[in-house]
Amino acid sequence: MANAPARLLVADDNKVNRLLLQRSLQLQGHHVSLAENGRVALEMLAREPFDLLLLDIAMPEMDGFEVLEHLAKNLRLRDLPVIVTSALEGMDSVVRCIESGAEDYLPKPVNPVLLKARIGASLEKKRLRDQQKELVRRFATREVAEDLDASGFKLGGRRLEATVMFSDIRGFTTMAEAMAPEETIELLNTYYMLMFDAISGHGGVINQMIGDGLMAIFGAPLALADPCGSAVRAAQEMLEMVALFNLEPDRKGKTPIQIGVGIASGSVIAGYTGTDERATYTCVGDTVNLAARLEAHTKAAGQAILVDGATQAALGAAVATQALGPVVFKGKTLAVEVFSVGAA
Amino acid sequence: MNAAVIDATIFAELQDAAGAEFVAELVGTFLEEAPGMLAELRSARAAGDGERFRRAAHSLKSNSHTFGAQSLGTMARELELRGLAADAAQDAAALDALEAAYAQVAAALREMNHG
Repeated sequence: MANAPARLLVADDNKVNRLLLQRSLQLQGHHVSLAENGRVALEMLAREPFDLLLLDIAMPEMDGFEVLEHLAKNLRLRDLPVIVTSALEGMDSVVRCIESGAEDYLPKPVNPVLLKARIGASLEKKRLRDQQKELVRRFATREVAEDLDASGFKLGGRRLEATVMFSDIRGFTTMAEAMAPEETIELLNTYYMLMFDAISGHGGVINQMIGDGLMAIFGAPLALADPCGSAVRAAQEMLEMVALFNLEPDRKGKTPIQIGVGIASGSVIAGYTGTDERATYTCVGDTVNLAARLEAHTKAAGQAILVDGATQAALGAAVATQALGPVVFKGKTLAVEVFSVGAA
Repeated sequence: MNAAVIDATIFAELQDAAGAEFVAELVGTFLEEAPGMLAELRSARAAGDGERFRRAAHSLKSNSHTFGAQSLGTMARELELRGLAADAAQDAAALDALEAAYAQVAAALREMNHG
């Protein structure tokens, strides 16, 4: 199988080795750049994108082991496949390279057929990893993707303080019944795009989308300076986005979309749930239930944004709120103070 | 060609894989670089720098094997694995032998390049 052309970097202090590797790789159709030691290689990796690094171990200034250590610490570079090519002898060096994150080890002189096979396998693995990352990125935000990546997709949870938001489109089911299926999906896609922008723009993370409803978390997995304020400002922006969307020419004559948003703050249990194959970042706990109840209550209250007392208290005077009095929600024994938030 | 100096099979395989014209250029590069490695071995020996000594021997070994200069490679390998000898005279003798072997390799490679 022929490899698709890739951008490869060869780091070797020996000129004959460098030129020979370059030649072999060019004959395989790849684009090749050269570095004469580890320090130069790291500089080049920081500057331009590469698909794979062929790394010598014994080099002056910075040797291959140090390069591997630097790469492992760098979030952007640690998934770069590295094939060590070395004439170092002894199993110790091979083991040390693999333990330091090298994908493979080829003894010198490098056999060109073996080289081609190993590069093909490494690039294919990288392609699959990139694809997986792209999937994660599409369904989570960059922050979650990086956190997932950093934690090595470890499942498990922790208790933390966060602000939870639920939002959905009022009467969407009725609207959808009157629309062509294609139109419904297109509408949902536009809607999600707008909501994603508003939520991500304020540091929130969308972790669930069900039909026309979504759940977002502010303050986890990464801490935010002001999760309550961020969530409320995101909600206000969501309302603005929906108002603008309703004014678009192709929405003329159609039922305007209205959304309801519920926000609650407090202790949640957050973590990745699922199996090794399929995991999602999620939050559970009373705070999550309360945010969902508040969202459901927006219709009865005739308000677009409802927040709980903890969120309202954190907002201070910066955002105008109106106390709606205590409400006893389904499944709760105690009444909860509910506040509405106006448009920005 | 002296079979003991350059392994013809390895050299032919290199030409097959990389192209004869390219190998001719690569031989030129080796003939430019190798005297520096030999000088580095001498200077590391004089400075008592075992790390530099090993690295220079390692480079020479690696390149010798690339061209099929197996016996030169074996001599360089011994120096790489052993490092500096306790007795400087022992290293001086070994380096003399290494330089003589390199001279033969260089002559053989030049001849093959023009052949």
